[in-house]
Amino acid sequence: MSISIHSISKTFGTYKALDDVSLEVPNGSLTALLGPSGSGKTTLLRIVAGLEFADDGPGKILFHGENVVSVPAGKRGVGFVFQHYALFRHMSVADNIAFGLTVLPRSKRPPKNEIRDRVHELLGLVKLDGLDKRRPHELSGGQRQRVALARALAIRPKVLLLDEPFGALDAKVRKDLRRWLRAFHDEIGLTTLFVTHDQEEALELADQVVVMRNSRIEQVGSPQEIYDRPRSPFVYEFLGNVNKLTSPDGAKRYVRPHEIEVVFAAEYDPVTDRIARIQHLFSAGPVATLSVRLDDGQFADVELSRKQLDDLGLSVGDEVAIRSRPEEV
Amino acid sequence: MSDPREVTTESRPVRIALITAAVAVLLLFLLLPLFAVFAEALRRGWEVFMASLTEEAALSAIKLTLLAAAVSVPLNTLFGLSAAWLVTRFRFKGRALLISLIDLPFAVSPVIAGLVWVMIFGSKGWLPPATLEHLLAPFATVASAAAESENFGGLFEGLAAWLKDPKFIFSTPGIIIATVFITFPFVARELIPLMEAQGADQEEAAVTLGAGGWRIFWRVTLPNIKWGLLYGVLLCNARAMGEFGAVSVVSGHIRGKTNTLPLHIEVLYNEYQFSAAFACATLLALLALVTLGLKSVLERISGHAAAGKH
Ligand SMILES: Nc1ncnc2c1ncn2[C@@H]1O[C@H](COP(=O)(O)OP(=O)(O)OP(=O)(O)O)[C@@H](O)[C@H]1O
Ligand SMILES: [Mg+2]
Repeated sequence: MSISIHSISKTFGTYKALDDVSLEVPNGSLTALLGPSGSGKTTLLRIVAGLEFADDGPGKILFHGENVVSVPAGKRGVGFVFQHYALFRHMSVADNIAFGLTVLPRSKRPPKNEIRDRVHELLGLVKLDGLDKRRPHELSGGQRQRVALARALAIRPKVLLLDEPFGALDAKVRKDLRRWLRAFHDEIGLTTLFVTHDQEEALELADQVVVMRNSRIEQVGSPQEIYDRPRSPFVYEFLGNVNKLTSPDGAKRYVRPHEIEVVFAAEYDPVTDRIARIQHLFSAGPVATLSVRLDDGQFADVELSRKQLDDLGLSVGDEVAIRSRPEEV
Repeated sequence: MSDPREVTTESRPVRIALITAAVAVLLLFLLLPLFAVFAEALRRGWEVFMASLTEEAALSAIKLTLLAAAVSVPLNTLFGLSAAWLVTRFRFKGRALLISLIDLPFAVSPVIAGLVWVMIFGSKGWLPPATLEHLLAPFATVASAAAESENFGGLFEGLAAWLKDPKFIFSTPGIIIATVFITFPFVARELIPLMEAQGADQEEAAVTLGAGGWRIFWRVTLPNIKWGLLYGVLLCNARAMGEFGAVSVVSGHIRGKTNTLPLHIEVLYNEYQFSAAFACATLLALLALVTLGLKSVLERISGHAAAGKH
């Protein structure tokens, strides 16, 4: 089910947390809301879920073309996963997952054995078989997150909203869960909107990335588009891994580390090259990163393959020439 | 914690001195009085002790104390729950004022808390009995009619009689009102920090899963705050039964009628009936001991529950 957000604004007291935001989340897509802290990501997600109300005005939220602004949260059919799981801590894992089914009105509530079967099916889906009797505090962070996901899925939601689903987890678990969520999404195909402030996560996981800044949407596009054609210096810098260089003529240029080429100082070409001295050299892993200091005192990061580095035989303190095809922004 | 080489510890003599001082103070100011109560109560034998507890005025005081607690504890449990819910789940104008108002009964002297009611309902107050009688006349008629009915008439007799001659001051309703007022903050005070710390996450999760307000309260909110709530109820009860100041002002000390247990003890004491006074005091002392015992049990249980939080 597609989600269309039309000119939604939200004011807390005098602070405008969302300023006329519009966005299309295509049916079946995995869309990432990416932005720095305080940019309004959670607020937007909560408004879509119905946990927060947008300011009065022309704002609309359509699920598959149907305006849901006046539909209460419990009837919107959204699965919401909170950053800190929000599991019911006095209930077992199975009771947590079953909650949404047990609170259905009597006429719609499935019989007990059906609920039990559904809980076991969901436990299998999130790879937590056998943990149904545990309490939330007896689970690891990653396991809790998956229980929260299973609980949200139990009500067969039409859209899935995740607020920094991996925010509280360590790097390794994050990476594993990220891959798992991508595969999981491909399998069930539920329209999913998730919040993150980790650009790597957004680029790796999403079909569509929405970059937010200061209560507004800065750019929307596929990960490829966002990375290759950032529309503003902010997006360029927020996606990380970028050198901001000032040319001798005063123009600012953004160059990604892998777009810089390194050659021997002897091959220096005054038209395209700059002379630089190597300050640091990180060569653990397949890609080596050089930190260089240009002749005018600016610093830049350069990425090159291990093989290139070995071929050039560089070490700290060496002088080299660097050249690039900088893109003007 | 159990490491003997604690970094923050004091030297041995200082430690021993401090511990001795603490134990001495504990013995002198807490255990000695408790012991004195029981010793004095039983000084003239078990018979006298039991007689003092079962004489008519004592029984009536016990009854009135239980009644005041039976009304104010459930009422303030409800008030406390609603107030805590309102204050921790909503942001609204006047919220800070409401939080301060909840503390008002703690802040004013109990004597004032009693005098306020005399000022309102006393014979020279804003709503003297004569005016009240006038205002409540329609209800009095209805209640009298109800009292006459065949089946449940008995239930309404007391109410009908009171509505015909509505008095708050120097009567049971005044004592109940004063007790409700004095014990108002206990439950709310216990719940507000607890519910604030827990946040609304779990309740919001329940909302998105389609649960209605009532079901969220019973299945999510209440299980999370139950130990704190019980703790508050316990303290509220202890105070309701032990309150002296405010109740003393509105009661008028009519023996066998408007004396609560603490007031009864004072009357006995002033009449130099020390054994009887201390016999009744043992009841309050026992209440305190039971409260303390339950309190520490609750602390242990809720401590365990909190430890398993994340
Ligand atoms: N209930 C509230 N009352 C007042 N201000 C709020 C409230 N909720 C959010 N805000 C403000 O709105 C702004 C956006 O908050 P939001 O939680 O949407 O940011 P976010 O992008 O999710 O940030 P983060 O990455 O830190 O979670 C912040 O400046 C925040 O202080
Ligand atoms: Mg957020």
